[in-house]
Amino acid sequence: MKALSIRGLSKVYKGGVEALKSIDLDVEEGDFFALLGPNGAGKSTTIGIIASLINKTEGEVKVFGYDLDTQLVELKRQIGLVPQEFNFNQFETVRQIVVNQAGYYGVHRSLANERAEKYLKQLGLWDKRNEPARSLSGGMKRRLMIARALLHQPKLLILDEPTAGVDIELRRSMWGYLEDINREGITIILTTHYLEEAESLCRNVAIIDNGVIIKNTSIKRLLTTLNMETFVLDIEPAEGEELGEIDLGEFNWRQADEQSIEVDVQKSQGLNKVFEQLSKQGVKVLSMRNKANRLEELFVDLVEQGRQPKQKQTGS
Amino acid sequence: MASSFNLVALQTIWIKECTRFLRIWIQTLVPPAITMTLYFVIFGSIVGERIGEMGGRPYMEFIVPGLIMMSVITNSYSNVASSFFSAKFQRNIEEMLVAPVSTTVIIIGYIGGGLARALIVAVIVTLVSFLFVDNVQIHNAGILVLTVVLTSTLFSLAGLINGIHAKTFDDISIVPTFILTPLTYLGGVFFSISLLPGIWSTVAQANPVLYMVNAFRYGFLGISDVALSTSLSVIIGFNIVFFALAYILLERGVGIRS
Repeated sequence: MKALSIRGLSKVYKGGVEALKSIDLDVEEGDFFALLGPNGAGKSTTIGIIASLINKTEGEVKVFGYDLDTQLVELKRQIGLVPQEFNFNQFETVRQIVVNQAGYYGVHRSLANERAEKYLKQLGLWDKRNEPARSLSGGMKRRLMIARALLHQPKLLILDEPTAGVDIELRRSMWGYLEDINREGITIILTTHYLEEAESLCRNVAIIDNGVIIKNTSIKRLLTTLNMETFVLDIEPAEGEELGEIDLGEFNWRQADEQSIEVDVQKSQGLNKVFEQLSKQGVKVLSMRNKANRLEELFVDLVEQGRQPKQKQTGS
Repeated sequence: MASSFNLVALQTIWIKECTRFLRIWIQTLVPPAITMTLYFVIFGSIVGERIGEMGGRPYMEFIVPGLIMMSVITNSYSNVASSFFSAKFQRNIEEMLVAPVSTTVIIIGYIGGGLARALIVAVIVTLVSFLFVDNVQIHNAGILVLTVVLTSTLFSLAGLINGIHAKTFDDISIVPTFILTPLTYLGGVFFSISLLPGIWSTVAQANPVLYMVNAFRYGFLGISDVALSTSLSVIIGFNIVFFALAYILLERGVGIRS
C-alpha cells in the first residue's frame, strides 16, 4: 500500500509565486524516504500541503488511501509532523506540550500521559518533563518535536530538517532512533540539507527543484549513476622517494598535502589498479576516504542539469 | 467515537486555555480587581454620594452590575484575542491545524477559555463590590448567569475574530482601545439611558453593550432601561452572527493557512 500518493499537485501563492508545478510522488508503506532540494525548491510547501497547513491550488493527495479533500480527518490521523521551526508554546512544560498534542488527536489524558512517559524516556527528555520548553537546548527542542509528533502513534512521520543545528553526537543518536521506529513500521519522509543523512538513512529519494521533481528513485540506483569519485589517500612513499614522483598511470591525481593525494577514479576503472600501482612503487596506503559525499555530488549535478534548460529559456 | 474524540479535543483546548491565563494570573486576574476597586472608590464612594439615587437605587448599587459586566467583556475579549494571536505568532496554532480537530471544537474551546476567565473575574469583582455595598441582593440568578455566559461568549468570539485578522500585537489592542472601551463606557455602566436627551437616547440603543449591561442589571437588581426579551434577543443574535463569522474565517484559513 502507498503511504503517500500525490498526483498533479500544484501550488501558486498569492502574488503568483509558483511553488509546485504539477508534481507526482509516491512513497511506499514502511519506506524511509528522502525529499531533497535546495532552499525554496518546494519541499516545505509539499509537506505543508500534505499536513493541511497550506492550501493546495490543484492536484490530489492521498495518505494511506485517505483523500485530502474528502477524508481530511482520517488523513490527519495518519500523519505525525516534525516541522522545520520550533512551533510549540515556549511557556508550556515539556509534558503539557506532548499531552496536549495527543489530546488534539482524541487520545484520552490518562493514555496520553502513559505515552508521554514512554516517548520522553526514549528521547531522553523525561527528566525535563516539568521544565518549560524555553529552557531546553536546541537539540532537546528538536527531540521534543519528534516526541510530540509520535504521541498519537501515526503511521507516517514527516520530518522537515529534523537535525538542523544539532551536534554530530546527537544527530547520530536521532538517526538511530528514527531507524528504530522505521523498523517498527512507521513510514518516514525526511527532508534534510545533510545529504550524508539521507544517504545513511533513506532507501528512496526524490529531488525537487523549482517546484518540479527532477529525480525519483532509490538511493542505491541513484548512486550507481555516479560516474566518478574522488578518493583521498593518506600514504607513506617508499624510502628516499618523494610524494610528487609517484606514477599512477591512467588515473588523474594531485597532491593534497605532504602525506595525502587525491585520485579521481572512473566507475569503469576500479580501485584495485590504484592500489596495484602504488604497491609496485613501494607506497604504503595508510587510510582512504571519499573526498566528498557521493550523494552531494549527484545532488549538485542534478540540480544544475535541471536548471540549464530553464536558464536558456530565460535568456532567449 | 467521533463525539468522544471531539470531547477529548475540546477538553484539551479548554485546559490549555485555562492553564495559560492561570499561569499569568498577575496579568489576568489581579488587574480587574484593582481597577474595579478604584471605580468603586471614585465613582461609587466619592462621586456617587453626590449623585444619590439612579433607577431608584443608591448609585453605588446601580453601578455594581455594570462594572461586573465591564470586567466580563474586557476579560473574555482580551483572553481569546491575545491567546489566539500568540498561538499564531509562535506558530503553535499549527499543533491544532495538523490535528483532526474540527473548526467548531476550536471555536468552542477558545470560548471556553474566555468564559472561564470572565466567570472568575466576575466572581472577583463581585467579591470586591461586597466591600462597598452593604446589601447585595440578587433579583434573578438564572438571568444573571445566562447574561454573563452569553456576553462572555459573544466577546470571546469577537476576540477570536480579532485574533484571526491580527497581523501584529498592535492589531489586538486597536479594537479594545477604539471600539470596546467607548462602547462599554457609553453602554449604560455608569448611567441610565433615560437620563440622555432625545436623540442621544435613541443613538445609545444602537450600542449592543447597552443590552448586555441592562440584562445583567435586571438579573442583579430587577431594573433595566430595556425590555429583558429585547436584550437577550440582541445578545443571542450577535452571538449567532459572530460564531458564523469566526467559523467561516477559520474554515477558509484566513490568517492561519497560506
